[in-house]
Amino acid sequence: MSRRAVNGLLILAIVAVFGVALVLGTERGGGGPDSFAGSDSQAMELVESTNPSYAAWFEPLFRPESSQVESGLFALQAGLGGIALGYLVGRLHERRRRPVQVAGEPVETAEQA
Amino acid sequence: MHIAEGFLPPLHAAAWTLAAAPFVIHGGRAVARERRERPETTLLLGAAGAFTFLLSAIKLPSITGSSSHPTGVGLGAILFRPPVMAFLSTVVLLFQALLLAHGGLTTLGANVFSMGIVGPWAAYAAWCSLRRLNRTAAIFVAVALADLATYAVTSTQLALAFPDPATGFGGSLVKFLGVFAVTQVPLAVVEGLLAILVLRVLGDIARPELERLGVLPTAAPAPEAVR
Repeated sequence: MSRRAVNGLLILAIVAVFGVALVLGTERGGGGPDSFAGSDSQAMELVESTNPSYAAWFEPLFRPESSQVESGLFALQAGLGGIALGYLVGRLHERRRRPVQVAGEPVETAEQA
Repeated sequence: MHIAEGFLPPLHAAAWTLAAAPFVIHGGRAVARERRERPETTLLLGAAGAFTFLLSAIKLPSITGSSSHPTGVGLGAILFRPPVMAFLSTVVLLFQALLLAHGGLTTLGANVFSMGIVGPWAAYAAWCSLRRLNRTAAIFVAVALADLATYAVTSTQLALAFPDPATGFGGSLVKFLGVFAVTQVPLAVVEGLLAILVLRVLGDIARPELERLGVLPTAAPAPEAVR
């Protein structure tokens, strides 16, 4: 099998696992706007329900009140990560295509400039 | 795996912070040494950091009807060894604590301990013991294990802080694992597959760097043989 085919199958497998999880999760969670709550917040709710006397003793310095703003900020984080990853992989790709030039060492053109 | 701000008693928060601190300092030095001794791998180092930054922001639905996020630390642990990931994870977790109110400053030590220390070391241990048998399987197991180990540690941390009045630490641990463990399984599978894919792509475009890092065997006559 060609390398491309294997990569394609890997992507398909990722989408398939994601799809199965989504379908099974919707069945178990019952759908609706409150389904697929984050496991982190579920664990904190478990702490609160089993330890009613416990009060969080420190508050976040900044908290996005709206869930829309919050998911936007998460998207921003993912976007920044994606841009950085794409840029770095692109530079690696470009470096391979060019004739051998060890990175980190000054390039000759730098002196001319 | 983010324990929310203020959700660990002060003593626990301080203890986890003290436990994590030396790993993070050592990790910061490891990053500096990596950049000094192998400057050609800096792009890959950035890519490993970006991978964690990206993956830890993505909440994925799971079979349990809840959602969770992968950690992205397994790949970097394979490429650069675990200390580097302790430092990179701290940067990511600090960003999330300050800007997203996800995790927190008081729980930073505990969260770094699970995602930045135990997760990467679990991945590295699996990678080292399995890589000679089958490289691809080793990547998958290592990365998936980093994911699961991270959440197992979070469950342990919460169970230690909040033991069940009747059943104690054990009963509480089962409860917290019930929230995290099954939810995390499909995510761990997805992250494992993704890591295989990313390392295949990196093997094409950054083979010399991967050989220098010892991830790919140096005496490789030709990747063409696989094509």
